[in-house]
Amino acid sequence: MSKMLSATAISLALMSTTAIAGGHCAAGKTLTDGTLTIATGNPAYYPWVMDDAPESGQGFEAAVAYAVAAEMGFAAENVTWVRSSFDEAIQPGVKNFDLNMQQYSIMPERDLVVDFSDPYYTAPMAVLVGAGAVDTAPTLDALRELQWGAVGTTTAVPKLTAVIQPSNDPLLYGDNADVNAAMSANQIDAALFDLPTALFLSAVMIEGSKVLGQFAPDLTDNPDQFGMLMEEGSPLKACVDEALAALTASGELAAIEATWLQDTTGVPLIK
Amino acid sequence: MANAKAAGMTRREAYEAKQRRRSLIVAASSTIAVVAAIMILVPMAPGWEKVQRSFFNGDVLAQTFPKLLDAFLVNIMIFAWCAPAIAILGLLIALARDVKSPALFPLRIFGATFTDIFRGVPVILTVYLIGFGIPGLGLPRPWNSPYIWGSLALILTYSAYVAEIFRSGIDSVHHSQRSAALSLGMSERQVMRDVVLPQAVRNVVPSQMNMLIALQKDVSLLSFIGPVEIFRQAGVFKSLTANFTPYVGAAIIFLIVTIPATRYADHLMAKQRRDRS
Repeated sequence: MSKMLSATAISLALMSTTAIAGGHCAAGKTLTDGTLTIATGNPAYYPWVMDDAPESGQGFEAAVAYAVAAEMGFAAENVTWVRSSFDEAIQPGVKNFDLNMQQYSIMPERDLVVDFSDPYYTAPMAVLVGAGAVDTAPTLDALRELQWGAVGTTTAVPKLTAVIQPSNDPLLYGDNADVNAAMSANQIDAALFDLPTALFLSAVMIEGSKVLGQFAPDLTDNPDQFGMLMEEGSPLKACVDEALAALTASGELAAIEATWLQDTTGVPLIK
Repeated sequence: MANAKAAGMTRREAYEAKQRRRSLIVAASSTIAVVAAIMILVPMAPGWEKVQRSFFNGDVLAQTFPKLLDAFLVNIMIFAWCAPAIAILGLLIALARDVKSPALFPLRIFGATFTDIFRGVPVILTVYLIGFGIPGLGLPRPWNSPYIWGSLALILTYSAYVAEIFRSGIDSVHHSQRSAALSLGMSERQVMRDVVLPQAVRNVVPSQMNMLIALQKDVSLLSFIGPVEIFRQAGVFKSLTANFTPYVGAAIIFLIVTIPATRYADHLMAKQRRDRS
């Protein structure tokens, strides 16, 4: 089905006579000439896309998508959205989208079968607190007094001991599920996760919990980075990377992140 | 005898001494040959350097070993309060299964159910269930500590095994001894306390030593519910250094403790065999 769709899309693209702003690097490289087709999840959810409506440009990934499109020379009305499942998009093969954004972590294994743009987001570490500690101030001094937990095999542990330096020895667990259980049992007050995981856990998994704050992303400790996914060998990659570089340089990307991932989620930076 | 002069030996003694020397030489040379073969052949394998770097890395070992020792104190601590509790509870369960009075039949059922359940369920499930489950009911701190409830899980599981060993010890005391003691006018209680138990406990000491050694290793299962004992600490170092040497370091520490304990258990068992024959 999706093959047929993409075949149709390609033939449409070949027949299409619409031309976009001449000389731009994306010209003639998209599925449909003059249109940028972007895929997102089904459903796409908060805070990445607000209300499952990416066309609104509301939500972090929706906003980044329109900013990148504008940088590449596509007006907002020339951006079309399609939906794809997460797994479907990381399989090899022909795609029915130019770009796919749904928090794809850039991983070497995935890079073998699809292409990733440069990262548009670096997931910072965030502090998730259980129901008993939601009133803690988001400062290092206040955090130090909590009983901490973390997954023992992640970079959360060195971060914890180096940055927060808790007064009590942290409890360490084998995986996220065990940290949840310990937090639900009130054995730990707080735990470190990357922000997307923390948001998900607090919204869905642990009743009464809250994401208290986030640390500025630290590039040295190999964080999770999200990239836009493209078909392997996509000619668009160079244009997308160029657009992202421009947005990073102008500070627009950081502004979008502040709007949607700090202000909207109410997760302040920890000082 | 070793000090006796060769001239003072009988022909038989001289022959036996010669045989002993011969078997000693054969044993030594075959051991040397095997060790040498391992030491020469294993490093010739193409992947040896890689394996050595990730499993037997001297730098990583030196860097992590002191912290592993610190973490091992947590193991010792948990072991120290679990072992006596297990011995007591195990003995009580064994006694419960041995009561003869019809009025106390529910106690026998309880003992049997207890051993069936805790011997049959994987330890790790018990640790999760009690370690996360009971505190999840809403206990306040510090009463929801994983140390308390994780230890209880170990105590319950190991008591079931230990109780069965005690019961086999009690059964090993011949019934005629009970009859004899009863005929002297001792009560059931006195018979158990003064006649059966002293022999029963002595008979099962070697088997119980094995349980101690097993417990010593299973204390590490508590790392699943939070306590940073040696196994978890080694895992953290493994992730940090991308190297498995910390696990080898942990194994060395375990061996330093378990090898003497195992040898002691062997010694006790051999002694018991000699005493009985």
